[in-house]
Amino acid sequence: MRVSQEVGVGLPAQLMQQRSGLGKSFEKSKHLLLLVLPCLLFFAMFRYVPMFGVMISFQNYNMFKGVWQSDWVGLKYYMMFFQNPDFFLLLRNTFLLSFYQLLFGFPAPILLALLLNELRLQAFKRIVQSLSYLPHFLSYVIVASMIIGFLSPTGGLVNQVMGWFGADPVNWLIEAQWFRTIYVTSGVWQSIGWSSILYLAALTAIDPHLYEAAEMDGAGRFRKMWHISLPGIMGVTVVLLILNVGNMLDVGFEKVYLLSNPSIYETADIISTYVYRVGLVEGNYSYATAIDLFTGIINLVLLLLVNTIARRMGENSMW
Amino acid sequence: MGNSTKWKWNTFDVCNIGFMVLLSLVMVYPFIYMTSVSLSGTTEVLQGNVFLWPKGFNLKSYELVFNDPRVMIGYVNTILYTLTGTFVSLTLTAMAAYALSKRWMMWNKTITFLVVFTMFFSGGMIPTFLVVKAVGIMNTFWAMILPSAFNVWYLVMMRAFFANIPGELEEAGKMDGMSDLGVFFRIALPLSKSSLATIGLFYGVGIWNNYLTPLLYLRNPELLPLQVILRDIVMSGLNLDRADAFTNDNFVVGEALKYATIMVGTIPILCVYPFLQKYFVKGALIGSLKG
Repeated sequence: MRVSQEVGVGLPAQLMQQRSGLGKSFEKSKHLLLLVLPCLLFFAMFRYVPMFGVMISFQNYNMFKGVWQSDWVGLKYYMMFFQNPDFFLLLRNTFLLSFYQLLFGFPAPILLALLLNELRLQAFKRIVQSLSYLPHFLSYVIVASMIIGFLSPTGGLVNQVMGWFGADPVNWLIEAQWFRTIYVTSGVWQSIGWSSILYLAALTAIDPHLYEAAEMDGAGRFRKMWHISLPGIMGVTVVLLILNVGNMLDVGFEKVYLLSNPSIYETADIISTYVYRVGLVEGNYSYATAIDLFTGIINLVLLLLVNTIARRMGENSMW
Repeated sequence: MGNSTKWKWNTFDVCNIGFMVLLSLVMVYPFIYMTSVSLSGTTEVLQGNVFLWPKGFNLKSYELVFNDPRVMIGYVNTILYTLTGTFVSLTLTAMAAYALSKRWMMWNKTITFLVVFTMFFSGGMIPTFLVVKAVGIMNTFWAMILPSAFNVWYLVMMRAFFANIPGELEEAGKMDGMSDLGVFFRIALPLSKSSLATIGLFYGVGIWNNYLTPLLYLRNPELLPLQVILRDIVMSGLNLDRADAFTNDNFVVGEALKYATIMVGTIPILCVYPFLQKYFVKGALIGSLKG
């Protein structure tokens, strides 16, 4: 008791003031802090504890011993991954799937938005928009089931139509060379409409006077699109591109998992499906976590890199 | 933009409209096709005669799908997960977003940074799995709700909504002696009903469609949501109670059953979509206003 008193007395006046400032600020914010408390607990529990849980990738994690008692093995599992003959295959599959998705999936909604913007019948435009948004709300289970049904070698719609032209039925989902095409095409089908919303909004925000002025100068349809519409959506485009490139190795697990099968792992096995198999199916927690952490770090570096480049070039960056 | 130009149809317009019609067909035709096949008679489907409308109309495949007890269990579970999960997520997100929209709140910047950082880096599948297990919600109802209770995007969107509420209204509330909690519940929340509806819908659709969470955290067949059951049925067929299902006059083709199953999972979304579309679009647009 005496000590605390002494400390209290001995505090410099400035520090005292700061402390009471902190106290005051806490007093003022306490209700808001109460509102944000569940959020803090959630992120601590389900996001930050797992972040520290990545240390099991440096251990020979044993469920019964737990995180604190398991033996440390250093970089063993990282070495194991780099020396795995599947390492390059997984990296290549993940990267290529992402790359093709970006190559076709990124410009498609921009094109759609530009074309929708040229429609003069507003009612028709609204109908097309509504219909094109719809697939976005379907689950991957539904989309994958539809793909499996339509591409079925016996009675599937696609093979049936090909039959009219005398083509032999193809077993699309068993032949590795078709996987990326199927994945990317269905991805464009599902997201082209919804992704065009942001571009359309940016297009409607363009000052109509710009178009009028361009017309006075004799600009045609395509020149107006090129010189006014496209620059008008540049800001949105760059931000979305950064996000997409930054998530290059973060290909969604669900759809790939639902569409792939062992016979096409040659193209369809990506890092996240491999992590799921090694970790949760085979129970090799440490190894799976090492792979996850490795890709997570590459992703982070990619994102920072792309953002820096965008900022250097003077375009919008995310921060 | 069309108003100022002369109304003249040129090749570009014609091609553009043609393209849009084609695009709409590509979006809609799969559903028309699946509906027709699932409602058609066996022989017609086997002969490949069904493309636009059902031939030999019957409801047998739907009867069979609904006779599988798993489908009803899945429906009930999914509805419960969606209702509870949306309520929990929306409430917690609104609370946190409101607090974080007040820049003067203590530690605001730190908390915001910690939350946003999780968008760029995560511990990954396995450590999260181990935490869910350690918390003791593995294989329980709450495994579908808690580990994905917050979505950072929606939190940021919601924060932007709240930041746009005019400060005078809140000031007035405080003058009347309300605390920050009072202002939140009695002024801010009622003012943002449509934003709450938007975010709630996004959360709802996310939970309805979720396949990853049950795949990772649920084993008990009684707890499985509709998506997992749909997947099982499409991949490996129905659990047929009735032995007569495959006798001659009752025979139903696999295709018809598959499409009936898919439609059973899709119809709820197709039904609510037209009414809720404007909220969805509004949400997508607000997402672009960065908070």
